[in-house]
Amino acid sequence: MIWDWNFALNEALPQMLGAFLKVTLLATILGSVVAMVLGLILALLRRSRIQLISRPTGWFIEFVRSTPLLVQLLFLFLVLPRVGITLPAFTIGIIGLGVHYATYTSEVYRAGIDGVPKGQWEAATALSLPPRRKWQDVILPQAIRNVLPALGNYVISMFKETPYLLAITVLDMVAIAKNIGSLNFKYLETFTIAGLIFLAASYPAAVLMRKLEIRLGH
Amino acid sequence: MVTEPTTNGNTTGKGQSAPDKMVRFDKVVKRFGDLVVLRELDFEVAPAEHVTLIGPSGSGKTTILRLLMTLEKINDGYIWVDGEPLWHMDQGGKLVPANEKYLRRMRPKMGMVFQQFNLFPNMKVLRNVTEAPIYSLGMSKDEAVQRGREILELVGLSDKVDSYPSQLSGGQQQRVAIARALAMNPKILLLDEVTSALDPELVAEVLNVLRDIAHTTEITILCVTHEMQFAKDISHRVMMFDHGQIVEYGPPEKIFSDPEHDRTKSFLRAVLEAR
Repeated sequence: MIWDWNFALNEALPQMLGAFLKVTLLATILGSVVAMVLGLILALLRRSRIQLISRPTGWFIEFVRSTPLLVQLLFLFLVLPRVGITLPAFTIGIIGLGVHYATYTSEVYRAGIDGVPKGQWEAATALSLPPRRKWQDVILPQAIRNVLPALGNYVISMFKETPYLLAITVLDMVAIAKNIGSLNFKYLETFTIAGLIFLAASYPAAVLMRKLEIRLGH
Repeated sequence: MVTEPTTNGNTTGKGQSAPDKMVRFDKVVKRFGDLVVLRELDFEVAPAEHVTLIGPSGSGKTTILRLLMTLEKINDGYIWVDGEPLWHMDQGGKLVPANEKYLRRMRPKMGMVFQQFNLFPNMKVLRNVTEAPIYSLGMSKDEAVQRGREILELVGLSDKVDSYPSQLSGGQQQRVAIARALAMNPKILLLDEVTSALDPELVAEVLNVLRDIAHTTEITILCVTHEMQFAKDISHRVMMFDHGQIVEYGPPEKIFSDPEHDRTKSFLRAVLEAR
């Protein structure tokens, strides 16, 4: 097997980079936004004093965490249209990735919230801060700061799991690699490039996270 | 100023407000599991009176402050603050357990300074002081900032308004915490071992600020401290606690130089020897 530079640089790389930006990266960014926002909402609902809210939230989190992402993606893709909800495959992919990772980030938020010293809660109570201000100004800024590295690591994991979108017909970079690889029978080039692109994106991100961890004193 | 109640610090009938008192404990019981921390405790504090609570650790002093600040729940009895029940609210002439809304209305009557400062580390000093007046009391931002600056000047920190708490010494942080409590314009200031976490050389600056406040304002003070000299300087009355009950009380000159109870004598001996 010989490495074909011309094919690698002039055919595979441009197509794959395009798919990387338009699908892999975009899905990671949008999925992360869903995971970060929904995860926080889940974490807060789970803390609710009303059991009718906290219990089902807990069950939902456990259920999603203990089933595979692939099954969830297929379920959404194949079942949603049956109940009359038709969405583009890419949108379903974002929802699937986002919800799946939200159940993980909700646990991270929970740990962050639990990690805010008791004295901070007591000071907020003593100053009679309304609940919204207590959370928005005192508890969450400290909780999120403490768990930023952990949240960042989930973004990196999600990034590496975007190829699952292939199962629901979203052609990400890995799917493109397979396609142009099989057309030209040059898998070595396409999958090597796919690996390198993932590495080039996630390694700096991981280093950045580690730096952040050190800066935050973990 | 010093009140001399008749029996066990209690002069008013059960379950009634005492309009001339700022704080009134009426058969207050506090338990942590099986451990009874306060057993049917009665005492009163007059407006503008400064009371220091002394006693061994675990005697319930801090619990009294925490019950007043609503950081701990009362198990039995009544607490009256400024003529109103703290843990109960009037519902058709009957006192029922207070809800959160009622507690939020009562809390601004009190300001608390904690042993560990508990400043908000994510906010600058000025914001620490203005946050609650703006969002708890509904003060305008301009007014809160102006008042905040005045109070920070009072505690000698006008040059630190834009610093973060982590950039300050322990003594400075505790002075910010005092300013934060005062910014709410409370009627009662609760001081919970406010110098215990400080390096010895930083204690004086905090106590001096508190002395100033005690001598120049009309605020009622309940103070838990092991600084006996400070207690002597600011208190109208000292109450000695043991096992959740008042062993004896009286003006500081009397308690510190001529205590009657053996428990007080041994406690004071131990505290003074430790210094």
